[in-house]
Amino acid sequence: MAIPVLDVDNLVVSFGTREGELTAVNGVTFQVHAGEVLGLVGESGSGKSVTGLAVMGLIDAPGRIASGSIKLLGEELVGRSERELRAIRGKRIAMIFQDPMTTLNPVLRIDTQMIEAIRAHESVSEKAARDRARQALAQVGIPSPEERLNAYPHQFSGGMRQRVAIATALLNRPAVLVADEPTTALDVTIQAQILAEVQTLAADHGTAMVWITHDLSVVAGLADRIAVMYSGRIVETGPVEGVLDAPIHPYTNGLIGSVPSRNRRGVPLAQIPGMAPSLARVPPGCPFNPRCARATATCRADMPGPTLYEGDRMARCHHPVPAPESAAA
Amino acid sequence: MTPPILTLETVSKRFVKPLDAAEKVANLFGAGLRAQVVRAVDDVNLTIAEGEVVGLVGESGCGKSTLGRVISGIMDPSEGRVLYRGADVARMGGKERRATDLAVQMIFQDPMASLNPRLRVIDIIGEAPVVHGLVEARDKEAYVAEIMGRVGLDASTRPRYPHQFSGGQRARIGIARALAVKPQVLVCDESTAALDVSIQAQVLNLFMKLRHELNLTYVFVSHDLGVVEHISDRVAVMYLGRIVELSPTDELFRAPNHPYTQALLDEVPRLVAKKRKFSSLKGEIPSPLDPPSGCHFHPRCPHAFARCKVDRPALKEIAPGRFSACHLNEEAPARPGRATADGAVLAS
Repeated sequence: MAIPVLDVDNLVVSFGTREGELTAVNGVTFQVHAGEVLGLVGESGSGKSVTGLAVMGLIDAPGRIASGSIKLLGEELVGRSERELRAIRGKRIAMIFQDPMTTLNPVLRIDTQMIEAIRAHESVSEKAARDRARQALAQVGIPSPEERLNAYPHQFSGGMRQRVAIATALLNRPAVLVADEPTTALDVTIQAQILAEVQTLAADHGTAMVWITHDLSVVAGLADRIAVMYSGRIVETGPVEGVLDAPIHPYTNGLIGSVPSRNRRGVPLAQIPGMAPSLARVPPGCPFNPRCARATATCRADMPGPTLYEGDRMARCHHPVPAPESAAA
Repeated sequence: MTPPILTLETVSKRFVKPLDAAEKVANLFGAGLRAQVVRAVDDVNLTIAEGEVVGLVGESGCGKSTLGRVISGIMDPSEGRVLYRGADVARMGGKERRATDLAVQMIFQDPMASLNPRLRVIDIIGEAPVVHGLVEARDKEAYVAEIMGRVGLDASTRPRYPHQFSGGQRARIGIARALAVKPQVLVCDESTAALDVSIQAQVLNLFMKLRHELNLTYVFVSHDLGVVEHISDRVAVMYLGRIVELSPTDELFRAPNHPYTQALLDEVPRLVAKKRKFSSLKGEIPSPLDPPSGCHFHPRCPHAFARCKVDRPALKEIAPGRFSACHLNEEAPARPGRATADGAVLAS
């Protein structure tokens, strides 16, 4: 089997704070292959965005990658110098953020920014770079790209801005694209347009994608595999169909139950009580135990290790949800 | 028969940006500039029965939040009337108007922007009922504690400030503040949009529980169709200031009539683990400064024909309790060619 494009192994990211060293990402392991989309799902504070930033080499002090490895096509990225990382970022790994205005410089025209992104990594003429920028804009469905190159970011609507950010991220045909909630702020119709573009682009270029989101239903239609994070750990992972149809971890089951859907109109949603723990006060044992209906003394004492299940799946739980129950939930 | 709790009659809300001095001077030289007018809400009729949950959905800029504000009395309509239990809100005297304003309360999207960061929770929740004479000042503590219990907040946290609470708890504080003045109607403007799914589920369940306990009427403004589908009895779909479809929830989601509703429903990501092709409704919502003529939706509509560019379709009853503003409902039977393509939907 081909080596994965992105191979993250036992990644630990911690932040030094007044309350001591807090571990935001605690032993995360996943692989993404060419053309594959991994949905990284979790609630605020689960460590999903920090994982994305770590892959980009964008963890700044007081944060640090405490241990683990991140390999891009077999090449280790952890421990590289800032200079080496800069050559890789934007060239071989790119990222799209939730708010495109954090990517785009409001006082520079789009063409200036896109041409700079190309010429930072390749010595091509300005004209050739501009041509490529125009093609990239056309590819993400921006009408009359030639004129739009001369526009400033504020002259675009929210959806168009996000397209520009995506086009910029894809300029150098990166092997890996990390997308951190890029459609969360958009209307459903615009979200669907962008998901459609991204789907085609990933398939055409063979880009490996990590799609970070809190919205299970976006991932359901987009991803090949799904990884559910809770309190810094991946608690369940597997192919999308398997995980959504028959979740093993009670947290995944609860997340799915929390999504409003037409089948249960008027019936109270199967809510998860309480809220995610603060990193400074992670409960002992399984961090989900205070919110879990299935928790026992074992859960309060021991963190469950990864258990492999049929159908290429993994979950960390002492008391996995039996199949028929999860289907009914 | 008792009158409905809320009635909107041909309500419009316009926002006008008048010409500034330079533009007026330019006009003296024949520039022909005109004040910009946005019709945020355009000729809306809506009746809401007591105890009902009505969802208002649409994309950003469709006027749903403005309509919510008009309903809750925060903004007065530019045209048309808002009736509360059959009485025109604009013609009410001071005392009656105040009672109506208290009876219709709004819950906002961002609790951090709508809670005063320098007030303690006890004052945020307790101030209004004391000012309006609903409770004596000496009973405030007990009253606030009771309301906090009702929305699932620990009453011992009442001396705290908003920043000491999590997002879900702040949403509950916003709900408690609205409930403190004993409202009949709650207008919720994207009240769960900023929350994580598991917390959103808790807050939605709270809304449902309160509805049964207090016999509340809700107007639920949201862009999230899943949420609206879950909580509403009826749904109004808005596009550029107009209601284009109004139907009982089940029927709307089973067989949407208006092409815009159909497109909107197609785009909703579903929790079905199938790699799907996201289709796309072409283009974006046009600027409300310069809306398209006739049916506002015609430039994006796959079924548009000549009449759509000229005539504004009225919101007509197409089946008992179902309303849709689309010319296709009249033209379709005369066009047999269309029946095979979308007859199943149009015939509903």
